[in-house]
Amino acid sequence: MTAAPAEGCPAPAVEVAHLRKVYGRTVAVDDVSLSVRDGEIFGILGPNGAGKTTTVECVLGLRRPDEGTIRVLGFDPGRQATELHQLVGAQLQSKALPAKLRVGEILAMYRSFYRQPADIAGLADSLGLAAKRDVYYRSLSGGQKQRLSIALALIGSPRVAVLDEMTTGLDPQARRDTWELIESVRERHVTILLVTHFMEEAERLCDRVALIDRGRVVAIDTPAGLAEKTKGAKLVRFTPSAPFDDRLLLDLREVRNLERAGRRVVVTGSGDLVNAIILTLAAAGVAAHDVEMGTSSLEDAFVALTGRHPREAGVPA
Amino acid sequence: MISLAGPRQMPGAFAQLALNEARLAWRSPRGLVIGIGFPVGMLVLFGELPRYKQHVASLGGLTRFDAEVPVLATLVVAALALLSLPAPLATYREQGILRRMAVTPVRPGLLLAAQVAVNAALTVIGLVILFSAGVAGFGVAAPKDPGALVLSLTLCTSALLALGLFIGAVAPTVGSVVVFEAASFFPLIFFAGLWIPIPEMPGALQGVANYTALGAAVQATQDSMQGTFPPARPLLVMAAWAAAFTLAAWRFFRWE
Repeated sequence: MTAAPAEGCPAPAVEVAHLRKVYGRTVAVDDVSLSVRDGEIFGILGPNGAGKTTTVECVLGLRRPDEGTIRVLGFDPGRQATELHQLVGAQLQSKALPAKLRVGEILAMYRSFYRQPADIAGLADSLGLAAKRDVYYRSLSGGQKQRLSIALALIGSPRVAVLDEMTTGLDPQARRDTWELIESVRERHVTILLVTHFMEEAERLCDRVALIDRGRVVAIDTPAGLAEKTKGAKLVRFTPSAPFDDRLLLDLREVRNLERAGRRVVVTGSGDLVNAIILTLAAAGVAAHDVEMGTSSLEDAFVALTGRHPREAGVPA
Repeated sequence: MISLAGPRQMPGAFAQLALNEARLAWRSPRGLVIGIGFPVGMLVLFGELPRYKQHVASLGGLTRFDAEVPVLATLVVAALALLSLPAPLATYREQGILRRMAVTPVRPGLLLAAQVAVNAALTVIGLVILFSAGVAGFGVAAPKDPGALVLSLTLCTSALLALGLFIGAVAPTVGSVVVFEAASFFPLIFFAGLWIPIPEMPGALQGVANYTALGAAVQATQDSMQGTFPPARPLLVMAAWAAAFTLAAWRFFRWE
């Protein structure tokens, strides 16, 4: 247990120190440390396989860390899971619930698990599920299942909510509605740990973001701070007129990294990057169309800091 | 990591879990149909057949119908324990339903307990219907030692629910549950004497039947019906099955 917090300086809601988790020979989490302040929305951002989900699974007490310590609201998730789960709501990536239960029945059941449950009608209403309470779980659309999963994370009036890829699979309108819900949850002073690979989501919602890549924290800062940090780095996007070998550009001293996202090529580096790329490609008989310069958005920051593109992200153009 | 039972469960949680398990059993009523509908249907059928009303020397002077009632009772128990219990358990594991529950204050073990409780309750209902219908409608003599009957059927239910839990624990996928069910249900029902009454089986088969949970249950139930307290062997056989499969289910159960 941590020492009693000093007045005016609340203890962090979630504290992870040097977390390491290995499955067989695969290092899922190498060394992750982060501290989530009371009442903030903290984003964990990174590509698939970066160790985001394993990190939150350890925070929730579903997995025991191989090394490192975790405290959530002062509790050790590995030893005090039952007490902790009264105060922490979670939305997991697997959204499995019994197919032939109705939405209202599922909500009533989960409500009975908690000492201070939320009001079902209000929750169902704010998640757009009020009209679906008599519908079987199997008859819900993907977006409705996702919203029910978020409802179950909030049904115990948690002090900390862990939301893993909460808007994956939602259409843009449902995604914006969910963001509004999360903002309203924040106003109730709930600390939120948000795992995402949507840059736009992290920029809109998060007070601070941890970038995780290959099981390590690359950077922790505000979304704006991260963008600022990478000002020196440059990023160029273009669509080549013909296929070309990546090494053609990677061999340039200006280029640090090259990623492909569909037909688009994303190159990071420094110096006179644009000219170097265009001249080199032209010499090889390839034209670069629709050239865009880096805008220092969070997405670009990610590429600049990790040298990788969160390729599955489906980042809105 | 996921403990079987937390130190403090919320009071209403078990009731809510059991209520929803009962709803699910009602909405996918395969176990209910085979476990309650089928035995009661057979009771009606056998009760109407004249051949089943004759006293048979090889059955110790009982009618075929009298000999069939304990077999139908074990059919109720086996169908609910083996055809109704394991599939949801495998589904809960395969689809991550237990895992979802592991991040609530309720331990997933409570969900298993609710599932077992609902099937045990359905077994009691099925047996009450079977025996009441038999006594009221088809001239089955009221059990002469009701205490021994309750003991015999309780042991039988425990043994079979333990086996059902074990199947739910080890079946790797929802699809494979069907194979496990068939591989356990039909042999057990055979040795209970559904097709050939145990006293008419060849000696070797009788020997096997004596040591199966349902063979033992039929003997103990028959004795209780006739007013003789069952001998130790069938009771111990059922208790041994219950203990062995409870341990095995405990040992091999995987949460995810």
